[in-house]
Amino acid sequence: MPKDGGIGASTLRREDIRFLTGKGRYTADISLRGQAHACFLRSEVAHGRIRSIDTSAAEEMPGVLAVLTGEDFTEVGGNPTGWLVQSRNGATMKEPKRPVLAHGKVRHVGDAYAMVVAETYEQAKDACEAIEADIEELPAIVDMAQAVADSSNRVHDEIEDNVVFDWGWIEENRAAVDAAFETAPHVTTLELVNNRLSPNAMEPRASIGDFDSGTGDYKLYTTSQNPHLTRLLISAFVMGIPENKLTVIAPDVGGGFGSKIYHYGEEAAVLAASKRLNRPVKWVCDRSEAFLSDAHGRDHVTKIQLATDREGNFLALRTETLANMGAYLSNFATCTPTFLHGTLMAGPYRTPLVYVNVKAVLTNTVPVDAYRGAGRPEATYSLERVIDKAADELGIDPWEIRRRNFIDPGAFPYTTPVGLVYDTGNYHATMDKLRELSDVAGFEARAEESRQRGKLRGFGLSTWIEACGIAPSNLVGVLGCRVGLYDAATIRVNATGNISVLVGAHSHGQGHETVFAQLIAEKLGVDANSVEIVHGDTSKIPFGMGTYGSRSLAVCGSAMMKAADKIIDKGKKIAAHMLEAAEGDIEFTDGSFSVAGTDRQKSFAEIAFSAYVPHNYPLETLEPGLEETAFYDPANFTYPAGAYGCEVEVDPETGGVDIVRFTCADDFGNVINPMIVQGQVHGGVAQGIGQALLEGVVYNEDGQLLTGSYMDYAMPRADDVPSFTVDHSCVTPCTHNPLGAKGCGEAGAIGTPPAVVNAVVDALRRAGHDHITHIDMPLTPSRVWTAMQG
Amino acid sequence: MLLADQRTIAADPATVWAAILDPEVLRVCIPGCESLTGSPSEGYEAIVTQKVGPVKARFTGHVTLSDIVDGRSLTISGEGKGGAAGHARGSAKVAMSPSEGGTLLSYEVDVHVGGKLAQLGSRIIDGFSRKMADQFFERFQTAVEGPAEDEPEAVAVGAEGEAPAKKGWFKRMISR
Repeated sequence: MPKDGGIGASTLRREDIRFLTGKGRYTADISLRGQAHACFLRSEVAHGRIRSIDTSAAEEMPGVLAVLTGEDFTEVGGNPTGWLVQSRNGATMKEPKRPVLAHGKVRHVGDAYAMVVAETYEQAKDACEAIEADIEELPAIVDMAQAVADSSNRVHDEIEDNVVFDWGWIEENRAAVDAAFETAPHVTTLELVNNRLSPNAMEPRASIGDFDSGTGDYKLYTTSQNPHLTRLLISAFVMGIPENKLTVIAPDVGGGFGSKIYHYGEEAAVLAASKRLNRPVKWVCDRSEAFLSDAHGRDHVTKIQLATDREGNFLALRTETLANMGAYLSNFATCTPTFLHGTLMAGPYRTPLVYVNVKAVLTNTVPVDAYRGAGRPEATYSLERVIDKAADELGIDPWEIRRRNFIDPGAFPYTTPVGLVYDTGNYHATMDKLRELSDVAGFEARAEESRQRGKLRGFGLSTWIEACGIAPSNLVGVLGCRVGLYDAATIRVNATGNISVLVGAHSHGQGHETVFAQLIAEKLGVDANSVEIVHGDTSKIPFGMGTYGSRSLAVCGSAMMKAADKIIDKGKKIAAHMLEAAEGDIEFTDGSFSVAGTDRQKSFAEIAFSAYVPHNYPLETLEPGLEETAFYDPANFTYPAGAYGCEVEVDPETGGVDIVRFTCADDFGNVINPMIVQGQVHGGVAQGIGQALLEGVVYNEDGQLLTGSYMDYAMPRADDVPSFTVDHSCVTPCTHNPLGAKGCGEAGAIGTPPAVVNAVVDALRRAGHDHITHIDMPLTPSRVWTAMQG
Repeated sequence: MLLADQRTIAADPATVWAAILDPEVLRVCIPGCESLTGSPSEGYEAIVTQKVGPVKARFTGHVTLSDIVDGRSLTISGEGKGGAAGHARGSAKVAMSPSEGGTLLSYEVDVHVGGKLAQLGSRIIDGFSRKMADQFFERFQTAVEGPAEDEPEAVAVGAEGEAPAKKGWFKRMISR
């Protein structure tokens, strides 16, 4: 039994006390003296040429301090993409300009083209209505296939076919893959849509720009998952403000799911307005705006083919995908459908030949980027759906076909045909655990009981693997990433022995303040309550890359371990001096430095005190103080994996789907706080169920967003999800980081959608609807019922 | 969305055609129309107040008549801006042919909305458009024919203060 506050303990989340008592401090809670308020005027048309914008009437409105348009930002840079992907033919992708405020053209409904700053938000909003914009509406480009086919209509005039890149992974393998299909005994083909999702963090985005004319310093409070990345983008690309003159603070942030990784134009705009007015300028996004401006997720149209022999052994796999980029390239839009998607198409299987083709397409819709799982849910969904279809066509049990093709537990490290090296895993173990927990033996009895109530019961299986702990910088650099993806931590032991840990990762729901304190408490043998985790403020923390891709523990946690090792090393030197022993004889266990084989010892607090009050201290060889920083750049991705089982009941009268059982067996490597891991899985599964059954962004042919409120965009609620069975007892520790940790944040969102859809298809086929082989998500009652009518 | 319908109006085609070109008829027939100024050849400036689901807005816009085939068909198009509520544009292709009961009026209505109207009201925009089209042509019919026997004259907006009459106010006017 681990001690409370240490590794392995389900320590309650310390941050919840302030969140649950209304003491959280979010960006919108911050009010600076003299702050003005901003409102953005957003395009009502999906595509239009800006002929003129007359702001004179708005400027005369009560309380209005400034009106800015795209013209005010022509001297500064634009928001860049973080990853340059190469096309199959070797050409570098096309990177359209993304200005702070739309200039020349508006390219999606919600594209901001003017900003009003006024004494109050209401005044700013009223003045937005007084802006007279003459915008010539152009035909909207909404459908990806049409965007590619019709080069006369362009989202960006300079990109003729609306295609950013045409990516082949791995291009050299294409011919061999195609040849394998020519001769394969069986080929299963599936066309599917990975539905577009709106992220809907509980806290909408918000930003405050604060320019200090006395010092020339800028401060940006913003809802960010990675304040240093935002600072880097604003400094190096958008505004040219030197990094040492810009502080970015992301205080408490109420959820991100990817949508707050990216730098958005509003952040630059409030900084510019603050400088112009010499006052803080605050903007808080409302929910309607969020639907129109937060980066969306997914939106792939895919054809996937699996070649097998008659026994169901996978011979080759190939996919063709159109990936929607929206109207501009959001910061990581280009790596999501490529290096976070194509590289995972082998899944946990031995498929020897895999080829992935992805075309990234611009449309007049909100930009699309990484959303919880990011590319890996798309890969997993395609793969696990086509495998179920193949199993059905070949008459092989879904469990069995997967078992036959799993990578053998003895085969690690395993090099996949899509460029990854899995360090460790045991896919049989998690699937066997799932089988046990799912009570497969009792399924028929449950199905019969359902039948008696007029319901159709089905079971869906999926396995998943992801590459997370993002990422080895040298590797991603070769692949086109413009930043490094290490992380950093500083451990500052204070004179009286308590500890501040300053971390590059950002917590916006993950519970870092609790988990990271557990790590330090265990490692340094101190009370977790004496450890404070500091994050989110670039003026305090070392340069870290933030939180996404289930990376915080594996990458930032490892940086913390490295820094803690340095603390221990220095502590040993101090202890050796104090105890008059050789440094090599000092042992550190359980918070105490002792001379090996004796009872002579100094506590951690005594060593810390001595470091800051160095009266009895080796000053000639050692600096005072006890503070260490470490950067950790992972040697490889981490590869958590698992198996999910979903049991549904379909109401044949309505097509309604009820999820009655949901079971997860995951291998996350070593787990620090089981309660938090379970919470992460619960949240991810709920999001996965949302994608599978409820959520879906819909645009009409004019590019108008039809699902722009909770009346039309269905988020999962408590009664849409069952009580989950979550297990993470199968552990193959990561081999290349000091914690053996792999990451758990995205798992649920990755493994769930195919399990749900497989279950519904299973229920319908069991009931004799043999014509149904696939239904596109979200599986609304209408879609299911329509499919049942043949 | 596109919707098509037809109705028979108990008047000869010439009367119906004259009514359609009459700005006062248009003003009375466009639901929620506060004012309409201009001429058939140059188009009209209109102010219309409407509530679409949760969004209420006062639209200022332009109404034009085009594709005019004298006495037979034309297209009435309108587009308006409703400030923060968004924008709407629509057109009705109207064709007339003589029929047993008078004139058969066929119409195809196409409506597009944008901005908040689309974002919050899309669910109900089809129903709303149908209601608007129905109201428009019902009012038009009433204006030309007079109210039906068993209906109060509630819809005869232009006939305030006048005694109920079987003729529509437009017919009465032109038959004076």
